Amino acid sequence: MAEIRAEMVANVWKVVAAEGDHVDDGDTLVILESMKMEIPVLAESSGTVTKMHVAEGDVVQEDDLIAEIS
Amino acid sequence: MFDSVLVANRGEIARRVIRTARQMGIRAVAVYSDADADLPYVHEAGQAVHIGPSQPARSYLDAGAIIEAARKTGAAAVHPGYGFLAENADFARQVIAAGLIWVGPDPAAIEQMGDKIRARNLMERAGVPVSPGSREPVTDVAAAVAEADRIGYPVMVKAAAGGGGIGMGVAAGAAELQAAFETARSRAERFFGSPEILLERYVARARHVEVQILGLADGTVLALGERDCSVQRRHQKVAEETPSPGVSGGLREQMLAAAVRAGQAVGYSGAGTVECLVDTQDGSFVFLEMNTRLQVEHPVTELVTGIDLVEQQFLIAAGDPPSFDPAAVRSAGHALELRVYAEDPVRFLPGPGTITEWAEPEGDGIRVDAGYQAGNTVTPFYDPLLAKLCVYAADRPSALERARKAVAGFAVAGPKTNLAFHAELLDNPEFVSGDYDTSLISRMRPS
Repeated sequence: MAEIRAEMVANVWKVVAAEGDHVDDGDTLVILESMKMEIPVLAESSGTVTKMHVAEGDVVQEDDLIAEIS
Repeated sequence: MFDSVLVANRGEIARRVIRTARQMGIRAVAVYSDADADLPYVHEAGQAVHIGPSQPARSYLDAGAIIEAARKTGAAAVHPGYGFLAENADFARQVIAAGLIWVGPDPAAIEQMGDKIRARNLMERAGVPVSPGSREPVTDVAAAVAEADRIGYPVMVKAAAGGGGIGMGVAAGAAELQAAFETARSRAERFFGSPEILLERYVARARHVEVQILGLADGTVLALGERDCSVQRRHQKVAEETPSPGVSGGLREQMLAAAVRAGQAVGYSGAGTVECLVDTQDGSFVFLEMNTRLQVEHPVTELVTGIDLVEQQFLIAAGDPPSFDPAAVRSAGHALELRVYAEDPVRFLPGPGTITEWAEPEGDGIRVDAGYQAGNTVTPFYDPLLAKLCVYAADRPSALERARKAVAGFAVAGPKTNLAFHAELLDNPEFVSGDYDTSLISRMRPS
């Protein structure tokens, strides 16, 4: 089971992958926005998104859990 | 002269505008969001009004809240700074309709120059050189491909209503054009509220050189010299200097004259900037866009001319003559501005955080325009600019040396900063030689 965490404080701009989706390594899960820059958060392995912990409009802190992939 | 002004902005520019207002005896009113309550500008204003939550749409972009704050505090004028509502013609009209003085050009000029396609067409008619490009918005990929064939590759794809380098991309051929077009269009919609796209011939080895103009109350348009802004990452400026090491006397004369014609073509009033691209291979230049507001990098022009541009903005807005003799403008020495961003110095990714240490360099020829101080938190809601480190000296080598010491003497802990990048820039042979262009950072950071 892989945990995808936020690398910095940011706003959750778009949630691209939904719970139950199959994703491949490198697929975009969510797009964060910080200081006018868009930062895609990518899957680091292939699998199914078992949990999406964020919603559009949330603010995430560094290390906050964004999604889980199995 | 009006007796009070509401500064409709935040951070370093709000602080800088408030400083001149206070020097002129004008009562300054600040507005702030939840995130900015502790920033220095809030405390340096005579009065401060909390206008909403941190999200810009609910605070700094809320025209109603800002005008209400002006009404509540009895402010006579509104200075919009840069970004946010500074180039929003509707906001300017609302300010004027509320009986307040708008410190900026006529809303019609803002509108004409805010649409990059319209601006290009207008400039062409005024005899200002423009690069081959769209005369109408490009509506879909098929139209983009046809337009690019007409213009010739490579092309730059950009948002017609855009600015700040956002939503731009280069396409070397039809294959890349589709992706560039889709990205530009979604960014255009998201950031500027309009999906209109334009294409322009891309100049591969270019310098971004802009001219500061001032439209005086009597209708005269002056050009106050140029600034070289070619040090860019993600099409956004990181460092600027004046004079431009890439502009000879003859080219400077031509560019300044063209900038004056551009200002005259729209009956420009106040401070504005005409941005151009200089083709380093043949020394020609073309009009890119005109910014109908004060620029971030205006301090370098102030340092070499001795003119306070915000003071001139206030005087023009009040219908008064400038504080200097327009016939006797002299530039002397060399000035450099380094933008200190809250981002890592290697990949330039945002690094917000609480500032635990903040110590600015001081001394002769050093000017720091800072938005933050120790104890403040840098949040993800706004652009990453922490401070502008500006240096002035008699010549370029001396300015570079002064800058090296100043960068070394600037201590910031908490958020990430690009100070280490600036140290690297100041020792980079291409930059030091003066012979650099807009692809400099891509050579410093190949990836």
